[in-house]
Order: sequence, then C-alpha cells, then structure tokens
Amino acid sequence: MKIAITSGKGGTGKTTVAVNLALSLGEVQLFDCDVEEPNCNLFLGLDLEKVEDVLCPYPLIDSDKCTLCGVCADFCRFNALAALPRKVLVFPSLCHGCGGCRLVCPAEAVQEESKSLGIIEKGMSGNSPDLYRGLLNVGEGMATPIIRALQRHIDPERPAIIDSPPGVACPVLAAVGNADYCVLVTESTPFGFHDFKLALEAVKLTNIPFGVVINRDGLGDSRVEEFCRAEKVPVLLKIPNDRRIARLYSEGVPFVEEMPGWKEKFAGMFEAIKSKVDPGTVKA
Amino acid sequence: MKQLAVISGKGGSGKTTLTAAFASLAKNAVLADCDVDAADMPLILKPELLGGEDYFGLPFASINPELCTKCGRCRDLCRYGAISENFVINTYSCEGCAVCTVACPENAISLETRFSGQVVSSKTRFGPMAAGALGIGEDASGKLVALVRKRAQELAEANSRDPVIIDGPPGAGCPVIAAIAGTDLVLLVCEPTVSGIHDLKRVIELTAHFRIPAVVCINKCDINEENCLKIEEFCTESGIPVIGRLPYDDIATKAMLREETVIEYAVREESSKAREFADSIRKIWGQLESRLFEVPVKDRGKNP
Repeated sequence: MKIAITSGKGGTGKTTVAVNLALSLGEVQLFDCDVEEPNCNLFLGLDLEKVEDVLCPYPLIDSDKCTLCGVCADFCRFNALAALPRKVLVFPSLCHGCGGCRLVCPAEAVQEESKSLGIIEKGMSGNSPDLYRGLLNVGEGMATPIIRALQRHIDPERPAIIDSPPGVACPVLAAVGNADYCVLVTESTPFGFHDFKLALEAVKLTNIPFGVVINRDGLGDSRVEEFCRAEKVPVLLKIPNDRRIARLYSEGVPFVEEMPGWKEKFAGMFEAIKSKVDPGTVKA
Repeated sequence: MKQLAVISGKGGSGKTTLTAAFASLAKNAVLADCDVDAADMPLILKPELLGGEDYFGLPFASINPELCTKCGRCRDLCRYGAISENFVINTYSCEGCAVCTVACPENAISLETRFSGQVVSSKTRFGPMAAGALGIGEDASGKLVALVRKRAQELAEANSRDPVIIDGPPGAGCPVIAAIAGTDLVLLVCEPTVSGIHDLKRVIELTAHFRIPAVVCINKCDINEENCLKIEEFCTESGIPVIGRLPYDDIATKAMLREETVIEYAVREESSKAREFADSIRKIWGQLESRLFEVPVKDRGKNP
C-alpha cells in the first residue's frame, strides 16, 4: 500500500508527517519526492549511496551532415535549437529530450547525448525505514522525470510512504498519482486553509481516497476543521502548535522519538488508513 | 525599473508575510504574486480585479480515433509514456512535443491548446498587483511565472512605479528560476531549522549560478539560536549579508486572520511586541530599498 503525503502550501509539515509516520511503523519504505528540496534524511541521518543518474537526452548536431535547413529548430517546441546561417545552436538546458529533432532531420545529422537532471539516492539501516530520495541538480528545472524515476523503486510488497513536493502542479500529481491513499497536511491559518482547498481539488482529480492531518493545531483559524466536518473529510490526526515540537524539528529530531505516545498515534493513523483502503484495489 | 524577488527554498518560511509587509511600506511598488501553485497574497491584500487573461501552457496531443489504425508508431516514439494501450493520450504526461504528430502515418494526431491557468491584474490598497493561478496538475509553471512578471512590469511602467516586488514559489526548480531570473536582488527568507538551512544552501547556490545578488533574513530566529549562528557563519563565508532577524511569533497569523499586513496590525495593536516586530521589518525594508536604489550597478554582487 502506498500512502502519499501532500499539501498545497509549503512548510505545513509534510516531511514531519512522512518521517514520523515511517518511524512509527518501522518496516516501511520512505520516498522523498520533494526533489527540489528533499529534507527527509535530515531527520533520519542515513548514509546515502547513489543508485541512479536521472538522464535526459539532448541533440548533438553533426556539422558535416547538417545542411542548415532549419527543420529541427522549427520543430522544437521548447526553443532548444536555433538555426543560424552557419550553425545550428543547441541549448541543452531547454531540451525536454523528446527526440523530435532527430526524427525530423532529413540529413540524419542529429545524434543524442545525455545530460543529468539529478540523482536517486538510497539509504538503509537496520532499525530505520528504507529511504529513497531524488535530488534535482541546482539550476535544472525539470522535477517530474526525477519523481517518475524515483517511483520505479517502490517495492509493491511493502508499505510505502511518499513525501510529495508542495503545490498543485504536475510534479505533485506525479508524486501522488499512483498512491492508494493520500494524506493532506494543513495548518490552522488562513493561508493553510486557502491552500488546503486547492490541494483538495488536486487530490479529488486523482480519485484517490484521502484524509487530513491538521498541523500547528490551535493557531487560531478553525475553518479547516469546520470545513472537514461539513464535507465529511476524515481528520486523521491533529498535531498541536507546540514550541517543543518546533524546537525538535529545528534540530532535525523526529518528535515521535522524544515525545511519548506519538508513535502509537501515528500507528493508529496508519491502521485507520488501512481500513479505508480496499485491499482489492491496492495498486501494483 | 528595479526588481526584488523574495524566495526561500523551504515553504512556510514567511515569504508572503514579508512581501505583503513590504507592500505596505513601499511607497511606489508593484507586486507580482508568483507562487502560482498557491497564491496567498490576495488573502491579505484583498485585490480589486482590473482584468484577467487565460494562460495556455504547452499544448497536448489528441488522437482522432476514426483515423487511427492502432499501428503503435506514436507509442513507440513517445518518450513520456503518454499514449495508452488503447491509443488515448494521458494529458498529464503529454509534454506537447509533437513527435507523435509527425510519427503518425495516418495524420490522426493533432495538437490542442491547453488552458493551464490565468493571469490577473488588480488594484490593492498598496498599489497594483499581478498574480497567476496555475490550473490543478498543470505543468510549465515557469512560463506562467514569466508572464506574471511581464504583466507586473507593464503595470509598473504604465503607472510610473518602481520597484516590482516578487513573491516567489517554494523550491528550487523551474518556477523559482523563472521568478528570480534577471532580478536586481533576491531576498532569501529562512528559518533556523535543519530543513531551513539545507534549503537555504540550495537557493544560495541557485542565486550564485544565475549571478544574482542575494541577502538573507532569518525568520523564527529564537526557535534555535545555534542554528541562527550557523546560518550567519555560512552566509559570511558565502559573502551574503544577513540583513535581519525576526522572532517566532503568532503575530503573522493574527494579522493574517484580520486580513492585515503585520505592519498594519502593529499600528492598531497596542502591543510592544507587535511594534518591535513591525520595526524589524521596517529596518529590513530600508536595507532592501537602499541596496536596490543606492548601490552603483558596477559594485553590485560584491561583498562590501
């Protein structure tokens, strides 16, 4: 069973929920799909090893064969090629690796080279959840291919917890899309409530069953809870607005390790989720 | 015209709270809400809509089932796995590259425009604002950010206003790059947590990569003093000035609940804590203004 942790707004506590849930269960895999800023391992401190370079092809123009006809540059939707009077220029950072230029070139002058978009790393230790994370290269824009590559490492035989990026755009759907259950993390503030409603729309689009964790509960805006009650959205867990939790977070300490009773609460949340997912529909 | 971008790497660091506060301090600014996934500035600034336009991202392919012979050539060549077993396009995977349109021997595939969101111009009590709203699950948010910034610049020119203040998205990918590219100064808002420090280092690398001068403000600084010192040390080593510190306080949430900026909140509230908080932000804004407008171009980016 795959559980995705998501939120519209950044900084609401996705990583906190993902890491503390994983630690409360033990025998699980944790996937850090926030590849622009992966933070899970700051709380686990595992030794990471690289398991994969995520590559994207880009064109190389053979100037001996190129007739400067410009068909490749006209075809490219991403402006990664420019046909100048004496040369075809390639901008690898704009290339999406579709291979169209190679396909349309009448002179067979296009070959392909690979650029790295980022890497996939793995960390394991006996008493900690297995961690896989993606890391986008700085200056590189495309997060989605790394998230897709990361998801290929999910072992369907074991529970997987997926920490997703913030927002409601394509990378979020790539992270959440294949999950069996989705946990929406929000906070009791006006920004939290507003972005929660956006995230809810995104999750509804995927038809994945979902529930809510309210973080920093008690900050003063009770609309999230009222909304959930009215819309019959299950509130799975409330984490109070507690300076001690904030302090532990700042130090990189998962609060279930320091505050008694919380592992049981997270494990209880997992059981509640399990009972809501029809075992017949769990995705491979 | 000068442009200031506020980003953080990590979400929830206080970008929007600060940007909205700057809006109430700047005499002549235009705002650009570039967190197009989840634009929150309108919740405080209550903009009055002036006009909007649809935004179209990358197109997507569409297969005409009457012409399709299911030969499979398109599926063999599509590198995004966007064509299903029964030859239907998954529009969320399709990048609109058009490879399938030329691969198809039957001319059964065409590209269709994709409505991906909206850009709106509005009037706030602190001046004009441009904002973007990305459609759920849409891609190419960098292009939308670029369009929002273009509209903000037009509003600045039309109304003789300067600078443009950009509220950026979280992260370090495409939309963030689009939010900071070509700006004059980037304010990095960070919190003294292990995640905050990690993400700050990544966005400092990003600003260095694009050679944009950056300054740092530490928010929620009293959560962890040692981490604050680490940030200051690291910034000194990287030649990035730390221009302000703000305490961990629920003033931001209280102001948010009243739909006020923290500056407005502090003026009406008789609390010395709120006033100190607002004064710290005034000092940060003063620093930003002087860096934007008083530093000669040739000296920008150098460590004083």
